[in-house]
Amino acid sequence: MRYALLVQGAPYSHQAAHSALRFASALIDRGHRLETVFFYHDGIYNAQRLATPPQDEPHLIEAWQRLHHEQGTALLVCVAAALKRGVIDERESQRHGKQGHSLAASFELTGVGQLIEAAMTHDRLVTFSP
Amino acid sequence: MNNADSTTALLVVLRHAPHGSSWLREGLDVALVGAAFGQTVDLLFLGDGVQALIKGQQQGPLGQKGTHPTLDMLAMYDIETLLVDVESLAQRGLTEADLQLPVTLITASQLPHLFAQHTPVFNF
Repeated sequence: MRYALLVQGAPYSHQAAHSALRFASALIDRGHRLETVFFYHDGIYNAQRLATPPQDEPHLIEAWQRLHHEQGTALLVCVAAALKRGVIDERESQRHGKQGHSLAASFELTGVGQLIEAAMTHDRLVTFSP
Repeated sequence: MNNADSTTALLVVLRHAPHGSSWLREGLDVALVGAAFGQTVDLLFLGDGVQALIKGQQQGPLGQKGTHPTLDMLAMYDIETLLVDVESLAQRGLTEADLQLPVTLITASQLPHLFAQHTPVFNF
């Protein structure tokens, strides 16, 4: 089956991102495809470029990036939820006259419309919230 | 494309009170975008979410925009089915007369059928 995940919990604050990643690897092990992960609400913090967890803890941001590289999973971040929380890409940074950008590589800013689209075009949409 | 056909409505479940968090606001945004994408959207106010509908709310002192104006816009987006859990209302000392918009009251026993009827379900 083709899966999409909706992640709404910030990494290291709540279990949501951990659980979503474990679910992701379980469904891939069973032969399903994880095509899209949509980050919304505080879930957008999963796309923080500068996140620096202790070295003996799982690096959740890199775990998402591995999914992108190994499975081709699209990592979509709600632009409205992200901008107001300070997660912005280079283009938005320039547009708003900010110094620096904070969106990690392999993630892309997009609209809520993409979440609706994902729900319509995948076999399953599973939500992980705090 | 085996999830939703044109007869299946999208359900947005709102379980958080206004003002204290962004759950309600961001949940309503999903409802509006879903409607703008041509989906039939139903709203379910459950638990603390029923407080979103209490009439007479203002912006509040924290400088948020408030969700009051967004609720008034729902009809413009053809979002007309506002389902309210009657027990959630009663537990908070509220009745239908306290609410800003006309709603459809439902009981907890109707919820399983409601969830089964809708695809997808977004929970905020």
